[in-house]
Amino acid sequence: MTLKSKSITKTKISKGTLNEWAWAYIMIAPTFIGLMALNIIPAIQTLILSFEKAGAFGKATWVGLDNYRKLFQDAEVLQAIFNTLKYSVIVVPGTVIISLIVAVLLNKKIKGITIYRTIYFLPMVAAPAAIAMVWRWLYNSEYGLINYLLSVIGIDGPKWITDPNVALISIAIVGIWSAIGYNMVLLLAGLQEIPKDYYEAASIDGASPLRQFFTITIPLVSPSLFFVVVTSVISAFQVFDIIFMMIDKINPALTNTQSLVYLFYKYSFVVNDKGYGSAIVMLLLAIIMVVTVIQVKCQKKWVNY
Amino acid sequence: MKKSIKKLISVIVATAAIGTMLTGCGGSNSSTGSSKGDVTLTYAIWDKNQEPGMRKMADAFEAKNPGIKVNVEVTAWDQYWTKLDAGATGGSLPDVFWMHPNQAARYSSNSVLMDLTDKIKSSKLVDLSKFSKDLVKIYENNGKNYGMPKDFDTIGLWYNKTLFDEAGIAYPDETWTWDKLLEVSKKLTNPTKGIYGFGAPLDLQQGFDNFIYQNGGEVISADKTKSTLDTKETKDAIQWYANLSLKDKVSPTNNQFSEVSYSAFFESGKTAMGLFGSWMLSEFGANEYVAKNCDVAVLPQGKQRATIINGLANCVAESTSHKEEAWKFVEFLGSQEANKIQAESGAAIPAYEGTADAWVNVSKKFNSKVYVDMLPYAHINAYSKETEAWQNAEKAALIKGFTGEIPVSDACDQAAKKVNEILATEK
Repeated sequence: MTLKSKSITKTKISKGTLNEWAWAYIMIAPTFIGLMALNIIPAIQTLILSFEKAGAFGKATWVGLDNYRKLFQDAEVLQAIFNTLKYSVIVVPGTVIISLIVAVLLNKKIKGITIYRTIYFLPMVAAPAAIAMVWRWLYNSEYGLINYLLSVIGIDGPKWITDPNVALISIAIVGIWSAIGYNMVLLLAGLQEIPKDYYEAASIDGASPLRQFFTITIPLVSPSLFFVVVTSVISAFQVFDIIFMMIDKINPALTNTQSLVYLFYKYSFVVNDKGYGSAIVMLLLAIIMVVTVIQVKCQKKWVNY
Repeated sequence: MKKSIKKLISVIVATAAIGTMLTGCGGSNSSTGSSKGDVTLTYAIWDKNQEPGMRKMADAFEAKNPGIKVNVEVTAWDQYWTKLDAGATGGSLPDVFWMHPNQAARYSSNSVLMDLTDKIKSSKLVDLSKFSKDLVKIYENNGKNYGMPKDFDTIGLWYNKTLFDEAGIAYPDETWTWDKLLEVSKKLTNPTKGIYGFGAPLDLQQGFDNFIYQNGGEVISADKTKSTLDTKETKDAIQWYANLSLKDKVSPTNNQFSEVSYSAFFESGKTAMGLFGSWMLSEFGANEYVAKNCDVAVLPQGKQRATIINGLANCVAESTSHKEEAWKFVEFLGSQEANKIQAESGAAIPAYEGTADAWVNVSKKFNSKVYVDMLPYAHINAYSKETEAWQNAEKAALIKGFTGEIPVSDACDQAAKKVNEILATEK
């Protein structure tokens, strides 16, 4: 029976289909090979490394769960988890709400709209290191532009990047600022797919612009919004470059700002404990996976396809 | 149809080509000489400023050794070590490369570097007694030599002549003591103008480590098993140093230094004095303001005179396929002739005894001579296998002492504990 059905299916595949399949595989091969070599295989190796005590130059000994045991008792790691979550809680809503508002405003017919769109997208084009350096100067408590402007109106500005209570918020502001442009473009694309007649019909029925925004715009842009939320959460969890560039090693706010990726970098490349560094990044992976699964599960409640 | 297939194939070929290019970037170019007498060596360094000097030495070597070519390859400091680490793991190191004291023990104890002991002994060209014993020792492991000393650097006291002139104070000289430094710093500090007399950042080599040795203290014990940050002499030195910003207010605070680097403070005339290593000469020389207004003197003395010395070495990779040629090159780099070329190029202070004068002669922009003058009482920068790791932990633990949050003495105890934990893992 099984033999028979097999032979039947075999004969059913024509040469043309086979050819098509072959082409399909050839077409996805570049992406697939790249993904395997650059993402998947290194990820598996990182997982293996997280169970090892890494010596110098690739010599490693198996230590089982030692790295993970140390991980959950390490106050520095717990603080870093807290910092990362705090950063995400500020940055994700900030980015999503502001970029949605900007996208709606830039979806109107205004003179010079492309100029505005370009300006909002510019932070995306600039190198993150350059952005961090410029903001570092703006934030400077003595010579910085921000505190100068505040002093003009009589406010004594905070120590933006050295006060442990303020530094993370300062970093989050830069994070929001640099992410708005990219997310705005995604949302703008979603907004332009909404048919104009809906709004016309709604205005005839006497719906206010605010009502239109909540009952037409939000539901119809929700697929784009969902994508923006998921990617914003992931990139917020992976924050590193701004912290690395703005917070010096002697900065008293360092312990209150270092993220999980920052710790991963520190242990893997400065302290040369690659096993422990890998365990930290595995923890981050687990957190991101859990959050993303929850988001995907919840999308049925608010995303309209 | 045919056309589209052609297009597709060209796309695939292009992708493959880019792919091989990428892998080409990752590995280092361990040379492949086709036949004997036709060998290209790769010489990896990290300092762009020194490239011309290294090239001159390589040229002189090539002229003497027809058939051996040397490629000088510059990689910026940060990527240099990532690249070297990956190269050592994958067995694809450059043939000859610079080594730094902070990394030396890690590399020499893992058979990554070629053992040069016997080769040096039988060499007619080089003689290790011509180099400072301390420098040679950094690159020793179990009594074997793994590196040929290349250069050395010491720390000097930089000062802003213009600010001194305005205040009518004589420039720093070899008579200066800690008290004199503090006294003058107080006179030069001008809060309304935002000018400080001295820059005392939380830094080891260009910071309080110099004062620790001047106070008769140590950074780590001689057998490299314990931190000595909790000893009295060391604590006193760090306390005095931290007080410059905390109590005496003659230096910007730790918070200010974490916003603006201490070299930027000096380069903009906001600190009148500061400690800087001889490697800063090229940066300062290129800075118009510093070149015009500033100069360097020997460090002031505490209970005794001291400065921190450090030095690089040239090493050969154990995995190189051109051991003989690579050794010949390193042997030449260790010779008096090569050190003279290095000196005359102004690249760095050559390690070879007696060749430093030639360097002083070409480095005339500043009073560079002081860096060489301090040699007799210079202390080697504290190091062990995991220098980078404990230096980092030490700095992190001392932050609270430098911000005044906890007493400096407590911060020193905490730092000592952290450093001891790391030193304990080295065995």
